[in-house]
Amino acid sequence: MDSKEIQELSSRAYIIRTDIIRMLGTCGSGHPGGSLSAADIVAALYFKVMRIDPKNPKDPARDRFVLSKGHAAPVLYAALAQKGFFPAEELATLRSLGSRLQGHPDMKKLPGVEMSTGSLGQGLSAASGMALAGKMDKLDYRVYALLGDGEIQEGQIWEAAMSSAHYKLDNLTAFLDHNGMQIDGPTTEVMSPEPVADKWRAFGWDVQVIDGHSIKEILEAVEKAKAIKGKPQMIIAETVKGKGVSFMENKVGWHGVAPKPDEVEDALAQLVPYCFSAGGGVVYE
Amino acid sequence: MSKMVATREAYGKALVELGKSNSQVVVLDADLSKSTKTADFAAVFPERFINIGIAEQNLIGTAAGLATTGKIPFASTFAVFATGRAFEQIRNSVAYTNLNVKIAATHAGITVGEDGGSHQSVEDIAIMRVLPNMTVFVPADEAETAGAIKAAAEIDGPVYIRLGRLGVPRVHGEDFRFSPGKGVVLREGKDAAIVAAGIMVSMALEAADILSGQGIEARVISMHTIKPLDEEIILSAARETGALVTAEEHSVIGGLGGAVCEAVGQSCPVPVKRVGLRDVFGESGKPADLLVKYGLTPEAIVIAVKEAISLKS
Ligand SMILES: Cc1ncc(C[n+]2csc(CCOP(=O)(O)OP(=O)(O)O)c2C)c(N)n1
Repeated sequence: MDSKEIQELSSRAYIIRTDIIRMLGTCGSGHPGGSLSAADIVAALYFKVMRIDPKNPKDPARDRFVLSKGHAAPVLYAALAQKGFFPAEELATLRSLGSRLQGHPDMKKLPGVEMSTGSLGQGLSAASGMALAGKMDKLDYRVYALLGDGEIQEGQIWEAAMSSAHYKLDNLTAFLDHNGMQIDGPTTEVMSPEPVADKWRAFGWDVQVIDGHSIKEILEAVEKAKAIKGKPQMIIAETVKGKGVSFMENKVGWHGVAPKPDEVEDALAQLVPYCFSAGGGVVYE
Repeated sequence: MSKMVATREAYGKALVELGKSNSQVVVLDADLSKSTKTADFAAVFPERFINIGIAEQNLIGTAAGLATTGKIPFASTFAVFATGRAFEQIRNSVAYTNLNVKIAATHAGITVGEDGGSHQSVEDIAIMRVLPNMTVFVPADEAETAGAIKAAAEIDGPVYIRLGRLGVPRVHGEDFRFSPGKGVVLREGKDAAIVAAGIMVSMALEAADILSGQGIEARVISMHTIKPLDEEIILSAARETGALVTAEEHSVIGGLGGAVCEAVGQSCPVPVKRVGLRDVFGESGKPADLLVKYGLTPEAIVIAVKEAISLKS
């Protein structure tokens, strides 16, 4: 892949980040930290990796993405809007009464949302079910899931880890947003999930560890994952919670608090320069 | 008007008090200690606080194990996750075993607000109430919460305490004493009786004011204990007023409304109108807007009272 394309994807990730900040600023609640940390992964999936068509969101042959850490809904909504699943103006309705953009993703309301999530630990099982169906129906779609490193404290994650390997779901690729934080503190202090790579390997998954903010590494890892036969693949993405907004980075306090108007301005001032970076051009206004 | 205090805040304070007087009290949380207010306890008694991480089934199971040794565990998370994710652990490891575990669940009902339907528990009273051995408290204000927490520690067996996120006004005076299993008449009336729990108690009082202005005197009962149900207070209300209304921030199926219907249906059938969620999930929105949309308002209670009265035989 050429550097221009990588620039463009990175720019899209930063546009997603600005949308996240604007949305949360407008509605006054929501989860910035874990949305910002996942922006590069989501941008790479939606704008390069996945075979999806916003005009045909129910195509049986489409690739699927399950946001298992559903509180990061803003990162998904921003990507879906940019991709054309719904008008971008609707982003401003996040979390308000009557909006299709619920606090946590609702598959019954918003096109492009593959599974309703928000109760942590359930998304990987659903992704696994989608992957199983792909095998049964001999369809070549792929299923992607994004998990939180706090979320994998849920027992159901490991039930799904076991069954996905047992059924050799090589059409399933999961990302772990390894930002090292949850709500009550650093994951290693609250309830350590470490060593994560060894655990997923022991459960029968192919495991790669990458820089989750490098579009290049994300795309290369997906290519490698797609070539794996007979095993689901876990891509452990080393990320920074709150990535891109200096005062939010690595701050547990920014897990579930929306920025105030002056903080929105400060954040946008930091993010906007990366939205139109050299080579990427203006991809979205 | 008194200041608004969320029942979860009152819970945090009550836990600290309890921790001082009872060294057997231990507190568990599942990565929500700042929201559930168990962080208040953790700050004072770090050695008696256990964060289990995002693992509600293990939260309940660990509490059960602690209880077998004589400890008095209070386990907290949001109501959806406490009663939903860990339901079968509660059933088999806590209720079936009749172990001394207290489940204090916060963020019940639609006043969770913007987080949306996935986080708004509208079924927890029903699924806790159905379990043998379980006591169920739904406090209306800080005074009932303080009383419920103290009582829970004194009861030898499983207790579910349902707490809210939003600030609520005080409905009781300073002299209030919480007595488990006993409803409280907050206002007398002969034309109908409103049996309410949780955030709906203060609204029931407002409704009674409105009704009184229209010449209808409604009794208001705070039913902080859903199980064991104070049948006596309900049956006297049924006999003396002939028309009942229940009000709760929960499905009309299986909660307080269901419990009251069961009680009067068996012993003193009178019309019962249930104010609550009408077999639907909640959604994202501002708590105040959601209360209006889902008909959890003093005005909705007023209408229900008039309907109940019109059905009197
Ligand atoms: C079953 C369940 N328990 C608790 C919560 C509340 N909750 C929302 S986000 C969160 C922390 C998530 O941490 P992590 O998975 O690491 O996400 P990130 O840090 O990437 O945002 C918790 C406990 C929930 N949504 N679902």
